[in-house]
Amino acid sequence: MRFYRALLRLYPRSFRQEYGVEMESIFRARRRESTGLAVGALWVEALADTLNNGLRVHWDHLMQDVRYSLRSLLHARGFAFTAIVVAALGTGATTTTFSVADHVLVRPLPFPESDRLVMVWQDQRARGYSRIELSIGNYLDLKDRNKSLAGLAAYTSNPVNLVGHGAPERLDASFVTPDLFGVLGVHAAHGRALIAADGEPGASGVALLSDALWRGMFGSDPGVLGRTIVLDGLPHVVVGVMPGGFEFPTRETDVWLAFRLAPDEDRANMFLRAVGRLAPGVTIEQARSDLSTIAAQLEREHPVANAETGATLHLLRDQVSPQARTLIVTLVAASLCLLLIACFNLANLLLARALVRQREVAIRLAMGVSWERLMRQLLTESLVLGVVGGALGVVLALIATPLVAQLVPTTLPIPDTPSVDLRVLAIAAIVVLGTAVGFGAVPAIRTTRHADTGSLREGTRTGTTRTTERWRSALVIAEVAATVVLLVSAGLLTRALWNVQGTDPGFRSDTVLTARTALPFPKYAPTEQRQQFYDRVLNDVRALPGVANAAYASFLPLVMRGGIWPVTLGGRGDPEVGTVSLRLVTPGYFDTMRIPLHRGRDVAAGDTMQGPLVAVVSDSFARRHWPDQDPIGRQFFVAFFERTVIGVAGDVRVRGLERDSEPQVYLPSRQVPDGALIFYAPKDLVVRANVPPTTLVPALRQIVAAADAEQPLSDVRLLSDIVAGDTAGRRAQLFVVLGFAVIAFVLAAFGLYGLLSFAVASQTRDIGVRMALGAPPRRILGMVMGRGLALSLTGLAIGAIIAAGTGRWLQSLLAGVDPVDPGVFGAAGLLVAAMTIGGASMPAFRAARIDPIDAIRTG
Amino acid sequence: MLPLSIATFHILLSLAVEDRHGYGIIQDVIARTGGSVRLSAGTLYRSIHRMLEQDLVLEVHERPAPEDDDERRRYYRITSFGEAVARAEARRLTDLVRLAAASGLAVEEA
Repeated sequence: MRFYRALLRLYPRSFRQEYGVEMESIFRARRRESTGLAVGALWVEALADTLNNGLRVHWDHLMQDVRYSLRSLLHARGFAFTAIVVAALGTGATTTTFSVADHVLVRPLPFPESDRLVMVWQDQRARGYSRIELSIGNYLDLKDRNKSLAGLAAYTSNPVNLVGHGAPERLDASFVTPDLFGVLGVHAAHGRALIAADGEPGASGVALLSDALWRGMFGSDPGVLGRTIVLDGLPHVVVGVMPGGFEFPTRETDVWLAFRLAPDEDRANMFLRAVGRLAPGVTIEQARSDLSTIAAQLEREHPVANAETGATLHLLRDQVSPQARTLIVTLVAASLCLLLIACFNLANLLLARALVRQREVAIRLAMGVSWERLMRQLLTESLVLGVVGGALGVVLALIATPLVAQLVPTTLPIPDTPSVDLRVLAIAAIVVLGTAVGFGAVPAIRTTRHADTGSLREGTRTGTTRTTERWRSALVIAEVAATVVLLVSAGLLTRALWNVQGTDPGFRSDTVLTARTALPFPKYAPTEQRQQFYDRVLNDVRALPGVANAAYASFLPLVMRGGIWPVTLGGRGDPEVGTVSLRLVTPGYFDTMRIPLHRGRDVAAGDTMQGPLVAVVSDSFARRHWPDQDPIGRQFFVAFFERTVIGVAGDVRVRGLERDSEPQVYLPSRQVPDGALIFYAPKDLVVRANVPPTTLVPALRQIVAAADAEQPLSDVRLLSDIVAGDTAGRRAQLFVVLGFAVIAFVLAAFGLYGLLSFAVASQTRDIGVRMALGAPPRRILGMVMGRGLALSLTGLAIGAIIAAGTGRWLQSLLAGVDPVDPGVFGAAGLLVAAMTIGGASMPAFRAARIDPIDAIRTG
Repeated sequence: MLPLSIATFHILLSLAVEDRHGYGIIQDVIARTGGSVRLSAGTLYRSIHRMLEQDLVLEVHERPAPEDDDERRRYYRITSFGEAVARAEARRLTDLVRLAAASGLAVEEA
C-alpha cells in the first residue's frame, strides 16, 4: 500500500489531493480480490497505469495553464511585449556567441578521431620561432624515423593558373603528399582522392577538385572526371571531387595536386606544413619527445642548416591563437552579462506584475484553488514568455551568426560560418528554461505566499510591497553594474582599436590599387622572361591617365606575413645573425607604397645579375647590424649571394599592425638566378592612382591580357582595405560588445524607469500627504530623482570594481591601453548619469505633479 | 469534442443509468462489457477530472441510499450536456455501423 501511495506522487499534488484517497481504496479493493500471480499483475498494471496517466494529467494541467496564461497575457499586452523582447535579446545574444564559441573552440574538427590529429613544426625557439615550417629533408627524416605517428603528410599552398576553360583563372592549389587523405581519414565525394602512385616521380599530373570549384566553374558536371585541365601550362587529369565542407588546409583551397618531393633539397628552405595522426595508444607527450629525439639526431647530422632546430607538435584543434580564444571567450562573457541583465529585467517585470496581481491571486486562493496549482500557473506564464522570447531569440541568432563569421580564425580547417545546430539549440533551450523558471519562481513565490486575505481589502499595503521593492532595487543595481562592465569593456576595446588603427604600417595605403598576377612555372622560370612581363605591364600601367606610379613586389605586407630568410654577415659559412623578411621588388616600389627612403637609392633597372648585387634594407636592419655607422656600402649574405647595401628604407609592419616584424631586405627583381627563389618571384602589382583607383581595373585587365593572354589577374583590392582587414576581427568584436552594451544600457534605463514609476504609483497617497503637509513639488522631485541616483551610483560603484578586473583580463586584447583608463571609466560614469536622468525624470515629474487632494481622497 | 475517448463514453453510459462513485463506475463498465473494458483508477480519475471541467458530469453531494453509502466516496452525475454529448456519440457510431453495412461489412446481430 505504501508503494501505491508513493506511486501516486507522480500525479500533480492538486490531483492527488482530490482523488488520491479514492484511488487508494480502489486499489485496496482490487488487492483484496486478487490472489497468487494476479497480485503481481496488479502491481505491474498499477505501475503502468500511474506512469501513463500521471504524465497525461501533467500535460493536461500544462495545456490548461498555457491557455490561461495566453488569455491573461493578452490582457497585459504591454507587459507581454516588453518581456518577450527582453527574453529574445538575452537568448539571441547568448545563442549567437555560444554558436561561435562552440564552432571554434569546442566542436570536433570534421575528421574521424580528429583529436588524434597533430600539426608537426620545427622549433627554432632560440631564434624566436616556436612553430616554423619544415624543410623537405627534415620532413622526410621525421616521417621515416618516428615511431609515434600512424602517418605524417606534408602540404604547401601555391596559386596556379587555369587556362583553356573560359578566361584564365587563378586557383588556390594545395600541393600535398598523397597520404594526406589517409591521415585525415577523408574520401572523395566523386572519383577518388590522390593515391601514392600520383606522387611518384614521372607520374602523370592529376587534380582533385574542391566541391566549390566543381559546382562553380564546372557546373556540377559529373563528366568532369577524366577530363584534362591545364594548370600552370601542364596537363592534369581530374580524378576526383572532394565533398563540400572539406576545408583542409584552408577554406580557399580550390584544387589539390600531388606534391613530388625531391629529397636532396636545401634544409634551410623551410616551407612545408605537416599534419600527422598519433599512432594508437601514443600520447601527445610521447610523440613530442619522440620527435625531439629525432630532431636532436638531425641537428648532429646537419649542424649548419639544422642548428638549434627542434621539432614539436600540437593538436590540430589548437591551431587557434590565444588572442582569438580570448576574443571569443570575451564575447561569450559579454553575452552572459547581457543575459543576466535581461533576466534581472524579466524578474523585475514579473515582480511588478506580481504586485498588480496580488488581489487576483488572493481571490483565487480564497476560492479554494490550491497554492501549488497557482504556482504552476504563474510559472507557466513566465515559461510561455520565455519560450516565445527564446524562439524569437533563436531567430535573431540565426540572423546574427553570419555577421560574426569574421571572428572565426582562418587557421582552422572549418567553414567560416558557424551553423546553429541541435546542441546550440539545446543550450538556448536550457537558457530559456533557466531564465523563465529561475526568474519566474521568486515573483511567483512572493505573490502566492503573501497573498493572504489581507490584500483583498481595498487600498491596504502590507509589508510585501517594501520587501518586494527591496528585491527590485537590488535587481536594478545589478543591471546598472553589468551595464557599467559592458560599457567599460566596449570603451577599452574602442580605445584599443584606435590605438591599432593609429599604428603607422610604414606605408601609405590611400589610393593604392593592388592586384595579383601569379606567373606560372616552369613557363616563367627564366628571370629575364618574368622581367619582360613586369616591364611591359608596368610601362603600360604608368602610361594610363591617373596613375602616379606602379611596381611589382613578391608579396604585399599584411597579406603575406612570412617569406623570411636567414642572413649572414661574413662569408658563406659564417653563423646566421638573424632572419629577415625578404622581398623582390621592381624599381618604384618604395615610391608607389610611399615607404620613405632614408638613405641611398632605390633599386634600378640596371641592377642585373651582371652588375654588382645590391639590396635595400630597412632602418631596423641597419640599426641591428651597423649601429651608429653608415650602412651604405656594407655587405651581407642573403639568398645565395653576398649583397651590398645601396639604400635604407623605413620599417614596414609586414606581420600586421599589432605584431613585431622581422627587419626587411629588398632585392632587385632581376638579381635572381633563373629558376631560383620561385616562391619570391614578384606577383603583386601595386598602383598609386590620383583618380578613384577602382576605375583603373578594366584597363588593368586589358594590359595584363595583352602582355600574356593566358595570365589571369586576381585579388584586385584596395591597399586601404587590406590595412582595414588587419583589424577586421577587432572591429567585429567591438561591434558585438558595443551592441551588447547599448542593449544593456537601454534595458537598465527601462529597469530604473519601471521601478521608480511603480514606486511613485504605489506611494501616491504618501506623496499626497507630504504635499498636503507643505512639501514643495521640488522636494518631491528631488526625492524621486535622489532615489534613482542612489541606485545608479551603487550600481556604478559595483560595476566599476568588476570592470577593473575585467579590463585586466582583457589586457592581451587592449594593445597597450591602460585597463583602468580614466577616460573610459569617466565616460561610462557620465553615460550612467545620463541614463539615470533619462530613466528617473519622468516618474519624478509625475510625482511632483500629484494633486494632494485627489491622492488622499482616492488613494 | 467527438469522437469521445472509450473511457469517457463508457463513464457517460454508466452514469446515464444512475449516479455512481468511482469504483462503482469501474465495476459497472466491467459488468456491462462482460469484462472486455476494465478502466484503471488512473484513467478513470483523469477522465473524470477532465469531464468535470467540460461540464459533462458533476459531483453530487446528496447520497443515494444510506446502505450503499461510503463516507470517502464522491458520487458523479451526468449533466444534460453530458447526455447530449453521449447521444451524439451514439448517433455517430450508429451512422458508422450503417455505412459499414452498406459496404457489405455488416456484423451479424448477436
